[in-house]
Amino acid sequence: MHKEFMMGNEAIAMGAVAAGVNLVAGYPGTPSTEVLETVAKANDGSIYVEWSVNEKAAMELAAGAAYSGARTLVTMKQVGLNVASDPLMSLEYVGVKGGMVILVADDPGPISSQTEQDTRTFAMFSKVPCFDPTSAQEAYEMIGEAFDYSEKYNTPVFFRPTTRVCHAYASVEVKDERDYYYNRPEGFVKDSSRWVIFPKLSNKNHALIEKRNRELQEVFSSYSRNAFIKGSCRKGIAANGISFAHTLETIKDKEEKPSVLKIATPFPFPEALAVEFLKANDEVLCIEELDPVIERELIFVCGKYGLNTKIRGKLTDDIALSGENSRDDVTGYISKLMGWEMKASEISSDAPELPVRPPVLCAGCPHRASFYAVKKAMKGRDTIFAGDIGCYTLGNAMPLDMVDTCLCMGAGVNIAQGVGRIRPDTKTFSFVGDSTFFASAITGVVNAVYNGADTTIVILDNSTTAMTGHQPHPGTGKTMMGEINSRIDIEAVLRGVGVQTVERINPLELDNAVECVKKTADKPGVKAIIFESPCAMLFKPKKAAAVNHDKCIDCRKCIKEIGCPGLVIQDSKVVVDSSLCNGCGLCSKICPVAAIEL
Amino acid sequence: MSTNIVLCGVGGQGTVLASKLVAAAAMNKGFEVKSAETIGMAQKGGSVMSHLRIGDDALTPMIGSGEADLIIGFEPSETVRMLPYLKKGGAVITSDRAVMPVTAALKGSSYKGSDMTDYLKNSNLIGRLVIVDTEEAVKAVGSPKAMNMVLLGAASRAGLLGQITHEDIIEAMKRKVKPQFVQMNTEALEYAKI
Repeated sequence: MHKEFMMGNEAIAMGAVAAGVNLVAGYPGTPSTEVLETVAKANDGSIYVEWSVNEKAAMELAAGAAYSGARTLVTMKQVGLNVASDPLMSLEYVGVKGGMVILVADDPGPISSQTEQDTRTFAMFSKVPCFDPTSAQEAYEMIGEAFDYSEKYNTPVFFRPTTRVCHAYASVEVKDERDYYYNRPEGFVKDSSRWVIFPKLSNKNHALIEKRNRELQEVFSSYSRNAFIKGSCRKGIAANGISFAHTLETIKDKEEKPSVLKIATPFPFPEALAVEFLKANDEVLCIEELDPVIERELIFVCGKYGLNTKIRGKLTDDIALSGENSRDDVTGYISKLMGWEMKASEISSDAPELPVRPPVLCAGCPHRASFYAVKKAMKGRDTIFAGDIGCYTLGNAMPLDMVDTCLCMGAGVNIAQGVGRIRPDTKTFSFVGDSTFFASAITGVVNAVYNGADTTIVILDNSTTAMTGHQPHPGTGKTMMGEINSRIDIEAVLRGVGVQTVERINPLELDNAVECVKKTADKPGVKAIIFESPCAMLFKPKKAAAVNHDKCIDCRKCIKEIGCPGLVIQDSKVVVDSSLCNGCGLCSKICPVAAIEL
Repeated sequence: MSTNIVLCGVGGQGTVLASKLVAAAAMNKGFEVKSAETIGMAQKGGSVMSHLRIGDDALTPMIGSGEADLIIGFEPSETVRMLPYLKKGGAVITSDRAVMPVTAALKGSSYKGSDMTDYLKNSNLIGRLVIVDTEEAVKAVGSPKAMNMVLLGAASRAGLLGQITHEDIIEAMKRKVKPQFVQMNTEALEYAKI
């Protein structure tokens, strides 16, 4: 064993490698992305690693490998699980042979997500056992145990860290390579009574799954990661994940300590352990993020065993109903329960007003030019701009204000069609990035062509999956095994499904781009514009622009029109922040007096 | 007792690397380290914060209000924003160079870095305050990317990193960065004369 400073996600990845994982597949999504990337980096070539086209593909690929006896890991963020839920729900009925761990990173806050959905709840719904680590160190060890349980019970299992576990760093004690477990899959063995789902098989396996999960309740009550830490009074705290870590920190120097129930397997719930904990307490506070999973289970256990321990938490409004639990939140909750005095803030009330800093498109981002070109071309027209998931969701910010809707991956193409069906005179546009296009927008395009919609699909092709940290995708041709395959051409895909008009243009050639949009949008039927310009983070910046103050008339059109963070006001003058500017030149094309020089 | 350090700034300023360097230096000396970072959507020009905790008794990677021994601020308004984390009598090292958000430029409601540093100077919460002219510093060092090392060097030279010394930081940097950048980063770490 030796120690390494690792991110939680790196610890999960290296724990999986040490547990002999044979195949890893996933789709990028904060806060899960680094898990797959770490395996790819550590890979000696013996592990098959891929960014799949989306989460559903990753889940199905891993299922096939797990049928063949391989240990497999699937990685995604919580909303990715919605995409993969179709194969997952059936897979639980079929089961696996090799261990299969489905890593789903939840995002309380949410910090970088659309929803605050809770994978623990999804575990109950899908009947898939769930592991919930409290720290990077525990995650490293627990993922190996998750593989063991998966293999022993022939079921896929969830591993669901949250953002604060995924993105925390710690000095983690890890195994030396010679101590790694190696799994040698025997390959797929034909047995249609096992691998082909039919109503008869589902009926039989459903009962077996329910019985197995009852058995796991018992097994998990003595699983060492679930714990009842005895206190010195008859008050208790039930917690999981980062809230558990915060709880220990809050109570560490206190003399009178509440007892603590640590829940590492929210499903199946360790019932016998919970009974023991509840019997030792008159009042219990459940400190958890997202859904009140532990709280509901404890209330259920109280009812089932006739215990009258008072259960508090989200359902009694003692804990916030949404958002993450900060250190201060947890300290506040526990102090209230225990009657401890809280330290008052020492911050004086005369603090200056602080700027708001919403996230924005980077300086030099080509999406800014794409949005601006469409905005200019469609000025004065009745329009709807349906956005999608990626950096370009930030096109909603003022002054661009070019994202009217955003729902989920790939939705924009269909939302635009729906709006158009109700008011046919509205010019409908959807904006979708290259990675999202491949992940789940192609079906939307097929739908539009098949049903004869009148809409313009704008593909923002920056040659990468930028938001999650520049992962390759089918349009780049690069794979996570280091191979270069032929790139899948977006134009060819569009033409292949019947889009007649497809234009490709560089959005930074602003005048041409505006003309192109005007001309294309007024054509009938489904048409597409591919704006091609690489992500500003992918290349070395060109020389920064500069404002010639002899020419500048201080109209501030540059700032008001495009809102680039590289344009700032200093001593009442517009200047270019040369540490941010990458010389894209968009502002120079907007300046009415040519005062911005490159 | 753990040493708690908050590093804060605007996405893209290099807080994560600075935090990793301190962590590496602490680990080389055999200390336990925990930290937490801002990654994802918020990085894009938003406020970012690293929590860094050195010592065996840190049970969670995150720092609570009034617990930080030191705040290293890469942007003066962000330093003020994070001030509630500071322990009474704790230390603050900050850049004085304001980074204007787009919203401020749009509304014409710019603030001055000096408004923020003046507030810090008058705060009776802060035990020790070091304000670094980072604009001058990066010019002298010759790279806008060197700001994180300039501020980190100021902290280590002032002896504000608990048991981590200035030499420990230089050592850790040499191991972490590519050989061609060692000299530039050394100059940056040595820039602040404290």
